[in-house]
This record gives sequence, C-alpha cells and structure tokens, in this order.
Amino acid sequence: MEQLRTIGRELAMGSQGGWGQSKEFLDLVKSIGEVRSKAEEDRIIARELEHLKRRLADPDVPRRKMKELLLRLVYAEMLGHDASFGHIHAVKMTHDESLPLKRTGYLAVALFLDERHDLVILVVNTIQKDLRSDNYLVVCAALTAACRLIGEEAIPAVLPQVVELLAHPKEAVRKKAVMALHRFYQRSPSSVSHLVSNFRKRLCDNDPGVMGATLCPLYDLILEEPNSYKDLVVSFVNILKQVVERRLPTSYDYHQIPAPFIQIKLLKILAVLGSGDKQASGHMYTVLGDIFRKGDTASNIGNAILYECICCISSIFPNPKMLEAAAETTSKFLKSDSHNLKYMGIDALGRLIKINPDIAEEHQLAVIDCLEDPDDTLKRKTFELLYKMTKSTNVEVIVDRMIEYMINITDHHYKTEIASRCVELAEQFAPSNQWFIQTMNKVFEHAGDLVNIRVAHNLMRLIAEGFGEEDEGADSQLRSSAVDSYLRIVGEPKLPSSFLQIICWVLGEYGTADGKYSASYIIGKLCDVAEAHLTDDTVKAYAISAILKIFAFEIALGRKIDLLPECQTLVDELSASHSTDLQQRAYELQALLGLDKNAVESVMPADASCEDIEVDRNLSFLNSYVQQALENGASPYIPESERSGVISVGSYRSQEQQETSAHTLRFEAYEMPKPSLPLATSQTSMSTPTTDLVPVTEPGYYKEDHQTSKSQPPGDAVSGEFGVKLCLDGVQKKWGRPTYSSSTPSSLASSQQTTNGASHSDGGGSSSQPRESSYGSKRQQGTEVSAEKQRLAASLFGSAAAKADRKAQASRKTAKDSPSTEKVATTNVTAQPVKEQVIPAAPPPDLLDLGDEPVSSNPPSADPFSQLEGLLGPASAAPVLSGTPATSTSKAPDLMSIFSDDVPTGVASGSTDPTLGDVNSTSSHKGATAVASKKGPSLQDALQKDATARQVGVTPTGNNPNLFKDILG
Amino acid sequence: MIQAVMVISTQAKPRLLKFYNFQPPEKHQDLVRSVFQLLSARPDSVSNFVKVDSIFGPGTKLVYKHLATLYFVFVFDSSENELAMLDLIQVFVETLDKCFKNVCELDIVFNFNKLHTILDEMILGGQVIETSSEQIMKSVEEIERLEKQSSTTSFIPKSITERFTR
Repeated sequence: MEQLRTIGRELAMGSQGGWGQSKEFLDLVKSIGEVRSKAEEDRIIARELEHLKRRLADPDVPRRKMKELLLRLVYAEMLGHDASFGHIHAVKMTHDESLPLKRTGYLAVALFLDERHDLVILVVNTIQKDLRSDNYLVVCAALTAACRLIGEEAIPAVLPQVVELLAHPKEAVRKKAVMALHRFYQRSPSSVSHLVSNFRKRLCDNDPGVMGATLCPLYDLILEEPNSYKDLVVSFVNILKQVVERRLPTSYDYHQIPAPFIQIKLLKILAVLGSGDKQASGHMYTVLGDIFRKGDTASNIGNAILYECICCISSIFPNPKMLEAAAETTSKFLKSDSHNLKYMGIDALGRLIKINPDIAEEHQLAVIDCLEDPDDTLKRKTFELLYKMTKSTNVEVIVDRMIEYMINITDHHYKTEIASRCVELAEQFAPSNQWFIQTMNKVFEHAGDLVNIRVAHNLMRLIAEGFGEEDEGADSQLRSSAVDSYLRIVGEPKLPSSFLQIICWVLGEYGTADGKYSASYIIGKLCDVAEAHLTDDTVKAYAISAILKIFAFEIALGRKIDLLPECQTLVDELSASHSTDLQQRAYELQALLGLDKNAVESVMPADASCEDIEVDRNLSFLNSYVQQALENGASPYIPESERSGVISVGSYRSQEQQETSAHTLRFEAYEMPKPSLPLATSQTSMSTPTTDLVPVTEPGYYKEDHQTSKSQPPGDAVSGEFGVKLCLDGVQKKWGRPTYSSSTPSSLASSQQTTNGASHSDGGGSSSQPRESSYGSKRQQGTEVSAEKQRLAASLFGSAAAKADRKAQASRKTAKDSPSTEKVATTNVTAQPVKEQVIPAAPPPDLLDLGDEPVSSNPPSADPFSQLEGLLGPASAAPVLSGTPATSTSKAPDLMSIFSDDVPTGVASGSTDPTLGDVNSTSSHKGATAVASKKGPSLQDALQKDATARQVGVTPTGNNPNLFKDILG
Repeated sequence: MIQAVMVISTQAKPRLLKFYNFQPPEKHQDLVRSVFQLLSARPDSVSNFVKVDSIFGPGTKLVYKHLATLYFVFVFDSSENELAMLDLIQVFVETLDKCFKNVCELDIVFNFNKLHTILDEMILGGQVIETSSEQIMKSVEEIERLEKQSSTTSFIPKSITERFTR
C-alpha cells in the first residue's frame, strides 16, 4: 500500500514539476534553499542522512527508489557531508542488471571512490564483466568508471577487454576505449607501452571523432619522445589540411568552424614535432598559412585556433613569413576590446619575442594599457611578459613596477612568486650595486618573509663590501646612510624578520662607525628590537650580536662603556634562554666586557666582516706543540684509516683523541653548549698564541670561536662574527605570514620615484607638473596620458633599446658575474667561513652613476636608503627627494607631492594606487549595468519555471529567469 | 588535461562537482570555497581566465563563465587552450539548454545526475571527446531511451528480486 502511494506521488510529481524527482528530494532542496545559517543546513542534511541510512539498508525499498536514494546521497556529499556509509550501496548497485541503476551506481562510485579505496576491488570485477556486455551503454558506463577507478594494479585485469573494444562497431565505444587506454598510460606508462601501436592504428579510424580522441594520447606520447613520431608529421599535416578544407561531415562544425578542437589538438602536436626540426617544420608552413588566411577572428573558437597557430609557429623552426602573419594576428588580439583576447595576445607576444624581440616594440602601448588594466589576470600575464623581456636596459622600470604591484597583493602564493622574480631579475640585471641594495630593501620591507634568506645574506654582504675597493669614501657614505635610514624605520611595527636581521647586522657593524650616533643610542635601539620580537630567536640573536660588536668597538676605542639597564635585562634574559645559541651569545657578550682593549681589538676588529680568514688545515702551527708532547712521551697520532679494531666507534673515538691532544675547547665547537665559554675565553686570553686552539677544519663546522680569532693576526680574525651571523641559517627559519609596513603611501611614492629614475630623464620638469596632476583622471585627458605612457613605453621597450642593449650586452656579463659569485660565496660561508674572497665585479661604467664621480657631487642620488626615509612620511621624505639631482628625473618630486596631497599623513595604509582604484571601480560599475541592461524580456515558460523555483526556495534567478537566453540567443 | 568541472551558484553552493584527478571528499568544500571567493571578487567586465596555482597546484588555470545565478568553472593545465575551454563551457551550457529547454538553476539542482551524464559524453578522463552539442544530445537521449526500456522491472521490491537472483 505504502509503495503504491509512493508510486502515485512520483507519477504526480512527474507530471507536475517535470524534474522526475520525488517530493522528498524536492522538499530537501527546498528546505536547504530556505536555510538562513550553515548550522541549520547541517541539521537538515544530518536528518536526511539518517533517513537515507535507514532506507538504503531496508530490503523492501523498490529498486527504482534506490536510484533516487543514492542520488540524494551524492547530493548530500556534494554539499560537504560525510556519506561514506552509503559507498557500499553504490558498489552494490553497480552489480544491478537494470541499466539505470547500474549507471547510477557507477556514477556514485566514480564520485565517491578513488583507485586506492578498499571497495574498488569489488567494482573491478563488475567492470570486467560489463566490458563484455552486449549493450554498448553498459560498456560505455564501464569504460567511464574504468577511467576513474582502475589503478595501476588493476590495469592488467581489464586491459585485454579494453584493447578488444578498440575494434567495437560503435564509434562511441571505440572513442571511450581509446581514452581509457590513455588514462591507463597516464597511470602507469609501462603497463600499456606495448600497445602504443594501437593509438597509431586508431589515427586512421573511419570516424573522425575516434581519430580526434586518439590525438589526446598521441599528444602525451609525443611530448615524451618527439623523435619516434616524426614519421607522423606528414599524416598530421594531411589531417589538418583536410579539416581546414572542410572535408569532414558538417556535423563536426562548431560555430561554422570545422572541427575546431581537432584543429587545436593537431596544432599542439605539430608544435612539439616541429620544434627545432627544420625539415618537419617545412611540411607545416603551407597549412599554417591556410589557417591564418581562413582565420575567423569574429568568433571565440576561431581566435582559439589562431592563437594555437601562433603558438605552433613560435615553437617550430622559424619562418619569416609565418612570423609576420603571427605578429599581425597578435596585434589584432592586443587591439581587441575583449580582455580574453588581450590576454591571449600578451601570451602570444611572450612567445614571439623569444624569436624576435623587436616585435614587442610595436605593441608597447598596448602592453602598457594591459599593465594598467583593472583586470588582475591580465595584469599578471603582462608582468609575466615583462619578466620574459627584461634586460639590463629596462630592468629598473620593470622591477620597480613589479614591486609597486607586489605591495598591494594579498595572495601569498602570488606575492612570493613576484617577490622572488624581483630578486631574480635584480640579481641578474642589476645596473649597479647601489640600485640592487635599494631594490632589495624594498622587497624586504614588503615581502621579507617570503623571499629566500640567502637574499638577505647577499644584501648584507653587499653593504659590507661596498661597490669598489678603491673608493672607500663612497662605501662609508653608503653605510652611514644605511644606518641612518635603518635607525629611522627600525621602530616600525611588523617588519619582516629577515629585514630586521639585516637591520641589526648593519647597525651592529656600522652603527657607530661614522661617530654620528652614540653607542648607547644604537644599543638602546637594538634592545628595543630584541624586546619587540620576543618570539623570534633569530632576530634576537642578530640583535645581541650587534650589541656585542658595538661594545667591542667602544672598548677598542678606549671609551668607557656602561651597560644600560635594559641591555642588562636583555643579557640576563638571554643567558637563561632555552636557545643554546642565544645563551652563547649572551655569555660571549658578558665575557667580552671583561676583556682589556687589546684583547677586544683582536677578537672583534672594526669593519672587518669581509676580510679573509686563512685557515691552516694542516694545523702546522701546532707542530711544535705536538713535538713537545711527543718528546714528553705521548703516543703519536694514528690516522683513522690506519687504525684497527675501532671502526665501529671510529669517528667518536678519534674525535676524543684529537681533543685530548689539542685542547679542551675543541669539544664545544660541535654542540655549542654554553657555560664553559666565559671561563675559556679568559683562559685563552692569557695563553700564548702557539699553544692556543685548533682552527676549524670540518666543513660542517660553521661556528668560529672568538678564541680562534685571537690566536691569529687581527686582519684574519673577522670571520668570527661573520660566521656567527651565518650560522643562524640552520638555527631557525621563519616563514610566517608576511607582514609589511603599513606606511604604503609614502613607499608607493618612493617606488614611483624609482620607476622614473634613471631611465628617462628626458621628461622635463616643466611638463611634469600638469601631467602629474592629471594622473588621477587620466581617462579624460587622452593626450597627456599617452605622453606618460609613451615615456613608460620608451623606458620599457626603448626604440634606442636595441642599440643600448648591444652596448649593455658586454657589460651585462660583468653584472651577471657578481651575483653568481656572491651566491657561491654565501654557500661557502655557511660551510666554511674560510675562503670568502669575493670581489664584486665592477659594474658597467655606462650604467654606474656613482663609482667614478666624486661622492660629494651628488650624495642623495647615491643614497639607496633615502628610499626608506620615505617610510617616515612625506614630510621627512620631501627634503631628500627635492635634493635629487641629475640622474633621477624631475618627475619624482611631483609624484611625491601628489601623494602627500592626497594622503598627507601617510596613513591610508594598503590603499591601492588611486588611479587604478578609480578605474577599477568605475569600469566594474559600468560592466554591471551593462550586463543588467543586456538581459532581455523573458519567455513565458521561463517565468513559470522561475515561479516554481522561487516556490521551491532555490536561489531566485533575479529578473532573468530565462537564464541563458542572453548568451544563447 | 581538464582537472575539474564545477558549477557553483552565486550563493556559494556547489551545484555540480566533478574532479578528474581524485580529490578527497573532505577537500571539496575548501576548493569550492576558494574558487568561489576568487570568482566573486572579480568584476564583470574582465577576462574569464584566472591562474589558480595556489588552489589546484602549479600550472593550473581556470576558465569560468558567470551566467545568471551560476558560475561554470573548468580547471585545467597547460595542455589546454583557454579560449577553447571557454567554448567548451559554451558547448556544455548549450547542451544543457537543449536538454532542459530554457535551463535554470533548478533544473541543474534536480538533475545533477543528468549533468554528469552529459559531462561524461563530453569529457572522459580529463580529455575532451565530444564537442558537438547535437551529438551529445543524441547520446544522452539514447541513454534515456534505453534506461526507460530496461526499467520496466523496477517496481518490484528489492527483496523479491534478490530472492530470485539468489
């Protein structure tokens, strides 16, 4: 009776709603549509799942009903609720002989399970059986499930049947069998490698659909090893030709284009096969030319084919005529109004400039438009293009643009990517060390926690080494300006950890060097840093080491020093720290305070972080000591390899032996435990150089004892603290959420300033004022805009770029050298602080605006740290900028003034570039209204449908119930 | 290859989820949420492509179409052409429209199994196998016809048929 009623209701529903679902499902959807909170929805679904659990287990449920129950289960799982209890029912349903139930079962199984699931083994058997079925729909369902569920181990079980199906009379089955084989190939190439010839055979299938499907596996195979498929080039070209000439049945046309997806796949294959192969490419030119000629730029799919054609041409052996056609199509894309086409155009341009960099020049304005487009996707794609076309002539503009953009990104992933790209480009093309440091400061400030710590070490090294050995004055100028600017921003909240490390190191090393700041002032700042970053041991370690260095320098100068109370607190706290590293540093500091002037001078010589340390690996200076010991009856040292019977404990033993023969301090080097150190230090200060210590020989031994330095001439001793710095590498790496300073406006201004810096000084001061004021409303003022764009374009692409580039080519090599040596050096330092002789390559003379000029002539432009001063707000930044002569353009101050007008206090943090923001909002607004107005009058039946929809509670469709009319019509 | 097909309502409810690389069910909601956040933040007049490395792994892209109350989303890797994928969405939507006559969100909610059938005819194992909406419709109708034929026995309760088959 109950069943009859159910059936009756179902029939009623069938006639009423037309959705063929039961009232219960309808009610479920309706109630979910009406819920106001997630909790409410969860409750409803939980109730539904309870109900389904009961019904599915009930043997008296009609089988037709089972289908619906299972679908409801799938629905519940789609909404994110656990329906695992029903998986077994889905598996059972695949055994059913009724087609609808079987298909539903397969659908559910394919959605619920993956190849590693335990229940899959029960399905494999069914798939096997169904692949042999007479009913081709059953076979198709089984093949679809096989694509999803057959893992590596199960492939042999079904492989024979699938191969048989390749010859099935129904083309739909053949097609799916090909795809199933392809899937097996992806899972486990070895299991089907002997069947590859089948794919070739299917390429000649009578049915174009099967042939098209075969292109998918062939594409993968050809990507693997293009050379074994070169014989197919002619066939592929012929197929493509036939398709293009409309020899296929018109049923394969799509929007009046013959079989576009087959064309695209073929073009992809040809691109791979023709890559670097002149002969193979020769076959393709004619048909590619045909495609360009017949190309339909009106439809989306026509453009897709053209784009693919450009990709193919840029990949195969270049042909001038083809390239010309490709460039022409690309420019059509770029000039289009559609963002999608612009995107494709930028991508195509990126491919073409690899072959012929000059192509970009023609499209410079279009590229710049894309760069300023509110569409984020397009912007990113354009940055990708710029990244590809960066060279030493335009690196400054591009990197500055990137940084400017980076500041406003919230997406971590992308921010990391663009930050590391900035670093990469800066390292590769930096026109000068000064610019490099400047750029790195900006990157660190905004994305310090996202870039590799290696970059931070590089920056410290650059500051320490300076630009050129012959010009000490410039170096110290650079350093004191570094100290100045770092001192100003060190108090900013939320500076990234790696940036703070740089700041601490520079303050420690050079804070008191020019006598401008007192030691206690610097120490006070450093204490503040340590206090403000309680959880960051690395920063604390850098801070305490910096304090130690300042004390050392003071003592060496013979000045009296007092331990400030906050410094005393810090030292006390750190000597009780859980971190042995921090403890050691604190104790070292205390020990150092007890030393006399001469001792301190040799332990910690001033500004010696880049000096070389010679390590005598043979420990020859110990010879006399050893000799003495031997004379006193000690047993001679036997190398480990020559010893017998101690192999198992070899290393440990031998260490101990060495230690006893050398010095007790030897032990510490490995573990850096603490307490013995102060004692040891004072001890060694008494001892004579000859009997002193063992220099370090193990490669992994990065921690240099200060005692070691003591025993050596002062010039060599430095790596002491350099080693201490770098050893942090292994101690802790924090890659937390990026935090960046909130003073965006001023920093924006500062990055703007460099955007215009150096590359185009042609923009006279007179014209820049009005232009800048129109910056915010540039849409209205076309001519002015284009002036600015042209300037940007000139700096990016520069018609003179070709010439300049050639000149720079030579110098670039030198520029490139320096980062690479640095890289090597960094790793060296960590491993062995021994050989550290890195001479920064002299920057190319034509690009270097500092080095060979007298320093005093243009101090502000030589000052990369003036950037940072911008952080303090416009007021303090203004004097610096106004003083900017010669190399940086007059545009900078104007920009500055705009920003200070708009955001006088420098508060509005995180605000985007006002122009972009405006454009963004207006255009999106326009877009919204446009879409709304596009929606046409709705058809009557659609209205009815919508009424039902409302009644059932699903999201009402707004004023357009007839959903897709506007796109389909 | 195509990695996922999603239909998400503008209320952030998933209407259809199909992953061609297995994703554990627990992760589905996270994916839907991140994709929805991404799409809802985009204005109307911009391009239909988004890079989604951070959601679906390196090199993945997403093409979407916003139609009335639904987002149609295809996720794929570098071996597919963005514009072509956009047209594949078009094929999918055209087929739905043919199938349901003026399709609306409700059709999709109630017949998500039919959507799966349609998708299975279009995409298999992440590769496009059919792009003609007429052809897809033909296959789907054929399936329905055969399903109806073979469902004549379906009113007999499960317990009875099981007794017979034993």
